[in-house]
Amino acid sequence: MKEMVTGKEPFVRIIKRDVPSKKDQVIPRVLAILAALVVDALFIFFVTGLNPFAVYGVMFQGTFGTSIRFSWALRDLVTLLCIGIALAPAFKMRFWNVGAEGQVLMGALATALCMVYLGGALPTALLLVVMCLASLLAGALWGWIPAFFKAKWNTNETLFTLMMNYVATSIVACATNIMRGQASSLGKLNMGTQAGWFPSLLGQRYNINIIVVTLVMFLMFFYLKYSKQGYEISVVGESENTARYVGIRVKRVLMRTMCISGAICGLCGFLIVAGKDQTISTNTAGGNGFTAIIVAWMAKFNPFYMALISFLLVFLSRGASEIASAYGLNDFAVDIITGIILFFLLGCEFFIQYRLVFREKTRKEAQ
Amino acid sequence: MSILIAWILRAIPFGTIIMYGAMGEIMTEKSGNLNLGVPGIMYLGGFAGYGAAYFYERLAAHPNPFVCILLSLLCCLAAAMAGGLIFSFLTITLRANQNVTGLALTTFGMGVANFFGVFILNGSSYSAAPLANKAYAAKIPFLSEKFGTVSQLLFGYGFLVYGAVILAVVLHIILNHTRVGLQLRAVGENPATADASGISVTKYKYLATCLGAAISGIGGLYYVLDYNQGIWATTGQIEALGWLAVALVIFTTWKPLNTIWGAYLFGVLYWLYQFLPGILGITVSSYVTDLIQMVPYVVTIVVLIVVSQRRKKENQPPASLGLAYFREDR
Repeated sequence: MKEMVTGKEPFVRIIKRDVPSKKDQVIPRVLAILAALVVDALFIFFVTGLNPFAVYGVMFQGTFGTSIRFSWALRDLVTLLCIGIALAPAFKMRFWNVGAEGQVLMGALATALCMVYLGGALPTALLLVVMCLASLLAGALWGWIPAFFKAKWNTNETLFTLMMNYVATSIVACATNIMRGQASSLGKLNMGTQAGWFPSLLGQRYNINIIVVTLVMFLMFFYLKYSKQGYEISVVGESENTARYVGIRVKRVLMRTMCISGAICGLCGFLIVAGKDQTISTNTAGGNGFTAIIVAWMAKFNPFYMALISFLLVFLSRGASEIASAYGLNDFAVDIITGIILFFLLGCEFFIQYRLVFREKTRKEAQ
Repeated sequence: MSILIAWILRAIPFGTIIMYGAMGEIMTEKSGNLNLGVPGIMYLGGFAGYGAAYFYERLAAHPNPFVCILLSLLCCLAAAMAGGLIFSFLTITLRANQNVTGLALTTFGMGVANFFGVFILNGSSYSAAPLANKAYAAKIPFLSEKFGTVSQLLFGYGFLVYGAVILAVVLHIILNHTRVGLQLRAVGENPATADASGISVTKYKYLATCLGAAISGIGGLYYVLDYNQGIWATTGQIEALGWLAVALVIFTTWKPLNTIWGAYLFGVLYWLYQFLPGILGITVSSYVTDLIQMVPYVVTIVVLIVVSQRRKKENQPPASLGLAYFREDR
């Protein structure tokens, strides 16, 4: 008899949680990262035969080994974080901006052009301001174009922004080609005068990058959480119809937000060129534009969580290149390890949003 | 004239790579899944196929071309489907965000292929599977010689080129003229309605995504074993091709038959920078060449805009593209 009753009931039911508590949010994520690390350890062990714990130890050295390494890690972290921050408002609006790579490149290009062609003409402070403004404008323009068409004809923004990346790559390739002239590679811009390079602040080369991004992080947090525009963004993201009903001009919000998103990406390009590479190539964004999408999404658009996740990813990639040199493996291990961790983190979102109810439990409840 | 022929001879094999990628993605997207992991899947398929061929050639005493093709094709399909399965499980069962999962899959696939690729390379800058290449690039025996230029243009390719065309037709028939295709499209357009009419949304989404991934994977296989002359080297080339395949899906407005000419057109556009100056009899500086390389992407953007502006029903992306389906979520 019992069999017949339970036979109708599914083995497991999925129930949406109303509001996941802090505990329900943190525990699955921690478990997911641990599980991913176990899978990665198995992978390391079976493929390379190395002791995973020793390997993880070496990975740790990649970020914390020396103070120089730590400053590199911070530099990479703020680069990734900056793009993540840029994407947050767009994603919150449910506008899938996967074109950060291109927006960063355009910002970087604008910066580089200013450095090369205005390098001798302007005093340093003014030059830096012009570079910064140019990069903001270039990024904003690159973000605005897809938003314009989305607003006008509802053109699919995911695919549009994706294609814009390659247009930007091609423009940058062309511009670097012109700038280098007969030389085989571009090399550092303004090598002699160092015009437009960020000076080292408090003895650290990358301090300006770090300070600027930290500032942007706080600004974005308050912008999204406490400003009227931030509120409009979240209403549009929740439901466009509601937004229209309460009198929000959706199209304007769309274009404005993408300008901001693109501009911050452009700013990141500026930081990369002026503060980190002092040169430009088609690899300037280096895939960070794509990784940042994952960062922004996982952090649920909270800039501080973004910093945490960026740190995790940078820690992994620094660690992986450390493993690579220590054990004679190759850098691509990082892509696998990162990929596995991302899969687990993505999968665990489900357990935060939903609750599984097994058959046994429901029967007890019924009694 | 000879330049034009050389151009076409370049464009068609190039088109074939992205044609497979695009056909797989069309099938996936028809079920409402936007899989941005195509580059990763092409990497997985290409590398698994190459690895199988490479080791078979190394280890077998008398390697047989047919066994070689069979083995590499099977490994390619299995690896690509495994990639599709990861994506399906995360996005369909666990309802993860499709864009993010796809990008993670691209990272992962690229990592796997290049990581293990380095072991095969073993220090050298490239390694080769000549027998497999010969088998894959074998031309049609009689037809490819007898009719001069026509033979060259029509019959001078490996069998996967013709396979792609046949597959496009088959996919067209399945999608538009069978019950299965109708139900698949229903799932992509409006899963709730499909569910209500008794179609298993989960089953269709899983099958379409995994089979689609398998088809995309063949694109990677074709690239390595035929187009790239059976040579494996660590490059980012496949990634760029994967994104081009995603572009082609839009360009064809989600219709498999359009991939046939669309892919070749992309091939022509891709090689524009090398052949057009020759035909026009002008020399172009290298920076202009860099600029010309954006043409396929610009064309795609234009198509995307025009399609969205015209709002013709049959040219739109599947209505629920990119959204997870949860029965109780209404």
